[in-house]
Amino acid sequence: MDFLQPSSWDEALASRAERPDALPIAGGTDVMVELNFDRRRPGALLDLSRVDELRAWSVEDGAVRLGAGVPYARVITELADRLPGLAMAARTVGSPQIRVRGTVGGNLGSASPAGDAHPPLLAAGAEVEVASAARGTRRIPVAEFFTGVKRNALEPDELIAAVHVRTARGPQQFCKVGTRNAMVISVSAFALALHPDRQAVGTGIGSAAPTPRRAPEAEEFLAGELDWAGRAALPESLARAFGERVAAAASPIDDVRGTAAYRRHSLAVLARRAATWAWDDLRRAA
Amino acid sequence: MTTTQTGVRTTGRIGDSAQRPDGTLKVTGEFAYASDLWHDDMVWGVTLRSPHPHARIRRIDVTEALTVPGVSAVLTADDVPGENAYGLEHADQPVLAAEFVRYEGEPVALVAADHPETARRAAARIRVHYEVLPALTDPRRALDDDAPQVHPGGNLVRHLRLRRGDPEPTAPVVVSIDFEVGMQDQAFLGPESGLAVPAEDGGVDLYVATQWLHVDQRQICLALGMPPEKVRLTLAGVGGAFGGREDLSVHVHACLLALRTGRPVKMSYGREESFYGHVHRHPATMTYEFGAERDGTLVYAKARTLLDGGAYASSTAAVVGNAGLLGLGPYRIPSVAVDAYGVFTHNPPCGAMRGFGCVQAAFAHEALMDELAAAVGVSPVEIRQRNGFVEGDRTVTGQVIDSAAPVAELLQRVADLPLPSALPERPDLLDLPGAVGNTTHGEGVHRGVGYAVTYKNIGFSEGFDDYSTARVRLQVVAGEAVATVHTAAAEVGQGLVTVQQQIARTELGVERVVVVPADTAVGSAGSTSASRQTYVTGGAVKAACEAVRTAVLQRAAVALGRPVAGLALDGDKVVGPSGEVLAGLGEVLGDDAVEETVEWRHRPTHAVDPETGQGDAHVQFAFSAHRAVVDVDTELGLVKVVALDTAQDVGRAINPDAVVGQIHGGSAQGMGLALMEEVVVTDGHVRNPSFTDYLLPTILDMPPMRVEVLEYADPHAPYGVRGVGEPPTISSGPAVAAAVRAACAKPLRRVPIRPEHITGT
Repeated sequence: MDFLQPSSWDEALASRAERPDALPIAGGTDVMVELNFDRRRPGALLDLSRVDELRAWSVEDGAVRLGAGVPYARVITELADRLPGLAMAARTVGSPQIRVRGTVGGNLGSASPAGDAHPPLLAAGAEVEVASAARGTRRIPVAEFFTGVKRNALEPDELIAAVHVRTARGPQQFCKVGTRNAMVISVSAFALALHPDRQAVGTGIGSAAPTPRRAPEAEEFLAGELDWAGRAALPESLARAFGERVAAAASPIDDVRGTAAYRRHSLAVLARRAATWAWDDLRRAA
Repeated sequence: MTTTQTGVRTTGRIGDSAQRPDGTLKVTGEFAYASDLWHDDMVWGVTLRSPHPHARIRRIDVTEALTVPGVSAVLTADDVPGENAYGLEHADQPVLAAEFVRYEGEPVALVAADHPETARRAAARIRVHYEVLPALTDPRRALDDDAPQVHPGGNLVRHLRLRRGDPEPTAPVVVSIDFEVGMQDQAFLGPESGLAVPAEDGGVDLYVATQWLHVDQRQICLALGMPPEKVRLTLAGVGGAFGGREDLSVHVHACLLALRTGRPVKMSYGREESFYGHVHRHPATMTYEFGAERDGTLVYAKARTLLDGGAYASSTAAVVGNAGLLGLGPYRIPSVAVDAYGVFTHNPPCGAMRGFGCVQAAFAHEALMDELAAAVGVSPVEIRQRNGFVEGDRTVTGQVIDSAAPVAELLQRVADLPLPSALPERPDLLDLPGAVGNTTHGEGVHRGVGYAVTYKNIGFSEGFDDYSTARVRLQVVAGEAVATVHTAAAEVGQGLVTVQQQIARTELGVERVVVVPADTAVGSAGSTSASRQTYVTGGAVKAACEAVRTAVLQRAAVALGRPVAGLALDGDKVVGPSGEVLAGLGEVLGDDAVEETVEWRHRPTHAVDPETGQGDAHVQFAFSAHRAVVDVDTELGLVKVVALDTAQDVGRAINPDAVVGQIHGGSAQGMGLALMEEVVVTDGHVRNPSFTDYLLPTILDMPPMRVEVLEYADPHAPYGVRGVGEPPTISSGPAVAAAVRAACAKPLRRVPIRPEHITGT
């Protein structure tokens, strides 16, 4: 196995183009597990950890451009105000050591249905910026990025450069169920973002379908029912109806971590609670 | 502390929390575990395992594997020179599968190569032609006439029958339950590892992490067809054991490869292989019935317990013995009828794990005691106190309990501890079920409190010749008195090395005690299991020290011309009746060393009557009680253990810090079984052989504990000690389960309790 270690973004894209068999590696928290278990044996590893461009974030046009190599630990300490949903999700990732190594870009590359970063990116309507040496840069809405179980929309010569997430205009929540109180892969996860500026609701579901996904019907339903102008309290019945619609959007399976029925049930509870918390936050902020 | 005239009292005697010699090394990562073993010209051994729970091996073709560059040997069953069979109680397990494989993960072939990855790739090129056979994976079907036979002798490993009192008892209050316990893993952090070094005499030296060197040696000799003097074992650094190292793992395999290649061979499992490389705790299905007077006084108990032993016997028979003989809890019960069965299936083999048969049973009898309390209208504490053993009571096997049995006091102690405060209005996420998962801010959260009490046999039971050997030497080196302690007892992390030092300091008065590595150059110490080493090897070290002391003082008496009766050892001195220094040890011993070797036994135990299970089966009982407080998000089924407090009688705390450490760890392990730890097996296949999906409690799952240590000395045991390691593992889980039931008002008759069980989805 070859080990490629570009020191600049251009070099990284060139390497990627030359070696479509290379597996990009950032923090290594997924890739190394796959290698150690002999589940993958790529022709080469493309180590992106020396590419400084990937390890920075900036604000452009009211959105955070989050470099693919920014680790979770920095999302928590540096971006909790701008991207509260993603920061909440980052806090639930693995152990402190994993949060120092693991990156949002790596999470997108793995495209696991259980990736913790995905639901808040879906709820926020994020876009993934990908690039290739031949065709330059393009942006993919995150909801279109996940194409199957652990598959994404990257072309063989492309790398993930960054993810663009609009700075939160309203409350966001992220909830994750696991069968212990730390260091656990989610049994189900749910992210919610309220966008009061455009009277819209964003959602993201994790670990309850072949890919992370939104619950569009639930989003429209809640956005249509909420009292955006008057900010009246969220009726319990509405929160519950929203929860049921979120659960209906999932296509979970039974596996060793949980049953399909429990995943649906828990999503309904999480969505109900998250909507209530977020709406209460919005009312308090008013 | 009394001050003697010598002005110096050795510290680190019994009763002190002496520092463990391996402590700093372990927390700084410097300690050499078995997985760190290294030899300059060594090669690596790997194991090819069966992918099927049950199959006939038609043919094994190793040709292609042998062509891989770097490979030095590929071995199959045909290469086992001795008997291709081993086992703790019955030699029924092949070293390498010959005709059949009987569980997923059974070793089939071995490869040695210059790099572990090369060995693994070569192993993947071994072609094994399997004829897959129907597998028996439901233990409840094991005794059916038409069930597939795991071994020619039938699927029953042991049936323990216990009968006492009225054969047809009746009672005004009757409660009953069915209960199920899942398969727990020992999950020791240091996976199986060993290094076998071929010796010039044609034998082999094996360095391995294990629990009982001599029982390993016996089995290895059988498989290699070699006498014990050719197969020498030395204990390598052990990273936890909990019963999972009682059976052989890499032992014979590494020796076979070393003898074949003439090179040192290292074998070291990864985490996934470790799940296939050792036995687990038996899953159990239990049906219990208690009859009682209207005030809750027990009249009778009936129990039927089925333990899934998996594919090979391991220690299933002894586990069945415990589940039957101790499976009704620490209660006075006039009439009992218990049938405990251990059966073969094509599931992973099960055997020893901390708590050994009592853990499974305690979930059932403690859940049923809560039912009884509710039925007669008394509290969980009262019902247990009313029926709990006191010293002098007879157990359900008719054995008189001849030392402390403080069941009522232990319960009172935990009941009297302050309860944790209620959750505040806006609790910190870390204090809530789900923690930073942010699943609740208090919604759906209900608090529950649960109690449990247990007793456990200490040491080996049912007539087993349970002994330990200690060799102690005292000499003066460069002006300093040094005691050397040599045993074959396995330090597995519990602190036995420190205990041996403390005993030698106490008995010989010297400061410096060297505990040399455990190996088979000295006699057997018995197993590091059954909470027995401080008792039995501690007893042997004490006896050997006493023999050394007697010999030294006799010399001193002669040299000093004084009667031996008034002499004692203190520091490096021989002192008189009032502590006055009479001579330095160096003056008495000169360059001589005084060495004594003692084989020490506890009081004999006896086999039980095969028809009734009656008899004095055990040498000692240990008691503990737990009170658990939990917050349960009843809508999501998530649990936060808020408090897990305990009281335990340890007879005498040789090292109080180590005692509390054992209680903390044991409690966490019991709680883990109640809430999350399960090897999930479907159709004979393990579905979660990793720490990603076999969940162990983290620091956010385990609360800080209050531990009440009672010291009611057992007059029959050295220093009055009572085994410590297992009881907390037994009573903590049932207390947690009871607290969860109380919080969510659901029966919950299975552990681990999963979120689905609480939510009903």
